[in-house]
Amino acid sequence: MSDITKQSLTELVESIKNKKLSSSEVTKAFIERSEKSKVLNAYITEDFTSALDKAKKFDQKPNLDLKLPGIPMAVKDLFCTKNVKTTAGSKILNNFVPTYESTVTENIWNEGAILLGKLNCDEFAMGSSNETSFFGNVQNPIDKNLVPGGSSGGSASAVAGQLTPITIGTDTGGSIRQPASFTGTVGLKPTYGSCSRYGIVAFASSLDQAGPMAQNVKDCALLQEVISSFDSKDSTSIDFKRSHYSKDLTNNIKGKKIGIPKEYRVDGMPKEIEDLWQKGIEYVRDCGAEIINISLPHTNYALPTYYIVAPAEASSNLARYDGVKYGYRANGENLIDMYEKTRSEGFGAEVQRRIMIGTYVLSSGYYDAYYLKAQKVRRLIKNDFDEAYEKVDAILTPSTPSSAFKIGEKTNDPVSMYLNDIFTVPVNLAGLPGISIPAGHDAKGYPLGLQIIGKAFDEQNILNIAFAMEERINFKNKITDWWIE
Amino acid sequence: MSKKSTEYLINRGDNQYEIVIGLEVHAQVLSESKLFSTSATKFGAEPNTQVSLVDAAFPGMLPVINEFCVKQAIKTGIGLNAKINKRSVFDRKNYFYADLPQGYQISQFKDPIVGEGKIIIDLPDGHKEVGIERLHLEQDAGKSIHDLDPQNTFVDLNRSGVALMEIVSKPDLRSPDEVSIYIKKLRSIMRYLGTCDGNMQEGSLRADVNVSVREKGSKEFGTRCEIKNVNSIKFMQMAIEYEANRQVDLIEEGKTIDQETRLFDTKKNETRSMRSKEDAHDYRYFPDPDLLPLEVSDEFVNKLKSEIPELPDDKKKRFINEFKLSAYEATILVSDIEIAKYFEEVVAKMGKNKDMKLAVNWITGELFAVLNSKNLEITQSPVSAKNLAILVNLIKNGTISGKIAKTVFELMLKNDDDPQKIVEEKGLKQQSDPKALEELIMYLDQ
Amino acid sequence: MSIDLKTIKHISKLSRISVDDQRAKKLVGDLNSIFDFIEKLNELKTENVKPLTSIAETTLKLRSDEVQSKNIREQIIKNSPQDNEDYFVVPKVIE
Ligand SMILES: [Mg+2]
Ligand SMILES: [Zn+2]
Repeated sequence: MSDITKQSLTELVESIKNKKLSSSEVTKAFIERSEKSKVLNAYITEDFTSALDKAKKFDQKPNLDLKLPGIPMAVKDLFCTKNVKTTAGSKILNNFVPTYESTVTENIWNEGAILLGKLNCDEFAMGSSNETSFFGNVQNPIDKNLVPGGSSGGSASAVAGQLTPITIGTDTGGSIRQPASFTGTVGLKPTYGSCSRYGIVAFASSLDQAGPMAQNVKDCALLQEVISSFDSKDSTSIDFKRSHYSKDLTNNIKGKKIGIPKEYRVDGMPKEIEDLWQKGIEYVRDCGAEIINISLPHTNYALPTYYIVAPAEASSNLARYDGVKYGYRANGENLIDMYEKTRSEGFGAEVQRRIMIGTYVLSSGYYDAYYLKAQKVRRLIKNDFDEAYEKVDAILTPSTPSSAFKIGEKTNDPVSMYLNDIFTVPVNLAGLPGISIPAGHDAKGYPLGLQIIGKAFDEQNILNIAFAMEERINFKNKITDWWIE
Repeated sequence: MSKKSTEYLINRGDNQYEIVIGLEVHAQVLSESKLFSTSATKFGAEPNTQVSLVDAAFPGMLPVINEFCVKQAIKTGIGLNAKINKRSVFDRKNYFYADLPQGYQISQFKDPIVGEGKIIIDLPDGHKEVGIERLHLEQDAGKSIHDLDPQNTFVDLNRSGVALMEIVSKPDLRSPDEVSIYIKKLRSIMRYLGTCDGNMQEGSLRADVNVSVREKGSKEFGTRCEIKNVNSIKFMQMAIEYEANRQVDLIEEGKTIDQETRLFDTKKNETRSMRSKEDAHDYRYFPDPDLLPLEVSDEFVNKLKSEIPELPDDKKKRFINEFKLSAYEATILVSDIEIAKYFEEVVAKMGKNKDMKLAVNWITGELFAVLNSKNLEITQSPVSAKNLAILVNLIKNGTISGKIAKTVFELMLKNDDDPQKIVEEKGLKQQSDPKALEELIMYLDQ
Repeated sequence: MSIDLKTIKHISKLSRISVDDQRAKKLVGDLNSIFDFIEKLNELKTENVKPLTSIAETTLKLRSDEVQSKNIREQIIKNSPQDNEDYFVVPKVIE
């Protein structure tokens, strides 16, 4: 049994297609391991019984032409799933059961996959350590009391801990790539507009993107192929020609020009990350790619810009949680009193903090100084990338400025927490695709990731580069199953 | 006194004050589905039965814009002789209210779809040009019902997300009468265009009324108050009168006027401050990140231009030139598209040898009297245009006298019968037997 | 620039989140340190830069005027904290 959960998605699909394994066997194996892994707190909602039913049904009439035939899969609890509770990690949605399905998850089920349950995340995806979840911290399978990163912390933990063969997260400022980096897994944030936002609990509409999180690049490519689609229900969805990311995956990156941005050498970055980056540069060079030094001069302004844009949008996106239509309601003497108590009790501290920041930067007298300013700087950041992409095909950087940290280590200092996303945030601001792949370990044995940033809609290219690097890096995640007796 | 008939001044001792009024009209776009969702817009549905997941702002729901509503707004803009902005942006207006499920209204703030334009209104003593500042598209809110339960407010979201055109005039209006004429003209133009049914009872047309006063002759504007959401012309006029007098009183007492939002209490016939809305009056507009800028091509606009029907001003000109009507008659006949349609049908049915004057008199005289007394719209007229045309022709060619025609008309009211037939059956031709006439009168009395 | 208690109270009102004095004080500290960090943007001259509102640099697609959503009142009301089958019910609005 334990063999099953060790298999990659690609292997499992192969095994089910060759009838070496049934969907029920696979589903059962992941459920059993999930049951033994409660300590990780990766799940908010388990949907195991119905998963087994669906697997049985699949086995009775298996459609083996599908891309994810009978594959069980848990997803971040930010995706609305029909008739399955969806909380966004918040008390305010603690009892919310959608009557509809997000487009991304719909795409997944349409390819034959089966929902295992909903994975823990930072409340409304606001966090970098999964510590803001109303449903508690998530343990990183790498080590006890280590954060898995965030906001897709439950997703990262579940993939790294093999509670699910693959998963999806969302990434607004690094929420897929940073936890992937912290857990030794692969995470792709697609180009803005590539995956539909319909049915995903919104954090910051101009930045949010769903994306795959996997154990390897090939699995990641396969899931990206499934979830990326044009959707007329999302006005920001873009109708472009999508490639067959897994079928077209190649390790031939000869002649590709890879940019190395000097501004990503930030003060205080541990030497082991600098070294890892150098190693990464050598790997791509070995693969026949050309290294070109580039400059992204506004990199240092990305985080301040992000901490205006994202909270501003969030302050408005989260106004709908008011205790009227769904979700938590506190008693109030009148309507306004009810609102104020509901939102004060229903939202956690970080969410409240960000709503306050967002409200402030949009409020009269401050809009120009903050919000408008940030939008202008956002253009400068995008222009940096546009210029760089005249010279290079992709950009290689570290994924994070450090490895995973201890639970509680950064909760009292919001700014130091925000600095986690320093390398990932510019990518969201520019709407570009970025992938984090595990590339090595630090002295503590914690995984470290490298990020490859692509041109818009060029997911195939960064997947290829990641695929080629993955082969050379030959990363092995050091997971001891410490949480299983 | 050579006072203009719509001139309106408030006198306090030696001081004379003028009222300055600007209107923000909210006109419901005539469309099948809502501005950003696919639910129906029909009036009078059971509560919350025309509400989609988007309208009720469920998590993860996104707006997708209705092309027809965009076209309707542009058409209206063309009808208002206004600049069509080829690029416009949807913004969020953020505030909390029970019937605003998203916690924001999607509206257009900085870059509306339609820019400056104008409307010509007819006053008893001539024309006046009223400037249009802008027209933008936005979502309607739902309805809060406060009087069904002592402790609670009930919320119906059927209207939530219905498309509205907010048409903002310049502060060019000077009296309650001008406001009435302006609203009627605006309504008429939109009904010609088919962009808004103008039904005020059903809330398809409401207005926020901005009122300020100043000493006559002054070029400066006074501090204005906005009277929110007034839904009949009569109430607008009453609200303006009350509010203007209130402001004049304050000035006369040496007090200052607070710029604020006020509510017109139709029971007490007074305006009062809406303090509760005041404290949360920072709308934090910003471009809606769920929507991209709306861009329309010249081609798109030109196609719509080619679909614009003859509008009241042009029709009036034509009636005067072609049919030799007086300006007064033409004004009445073009005031509503359905009346104009009826008139034109009568004209068409009268054929070559027609008496236009007679037709106009019959429509604006007998027919209007009947409609008025029975409280009917012209579309519900008991006498069809065709039969009225025949009747007029019978008079014109001397078959019946005007007096007998009235009798025939009475008979036509029952089943919209052909007057020719009535005349023949009852033997009502000129110089006909007085006995027959007597019989007919007896018959009518029954 | 610095954010004081009064500002916190004001934005808590605007955002309809009640905060007690203790939380308000904490927020003063948090927001000030965040805004200190944000002030870095003032180093940049941006007078001539066009603001970027949406990264998807295409224009809005338009849908046709068709009614697709039917009466789903039951679904709409199902998750509500209080309703009477016809309406959402909220505490009285005080004008
Ligand atoms: Mg207004
Ligand atoms: Zn409005």
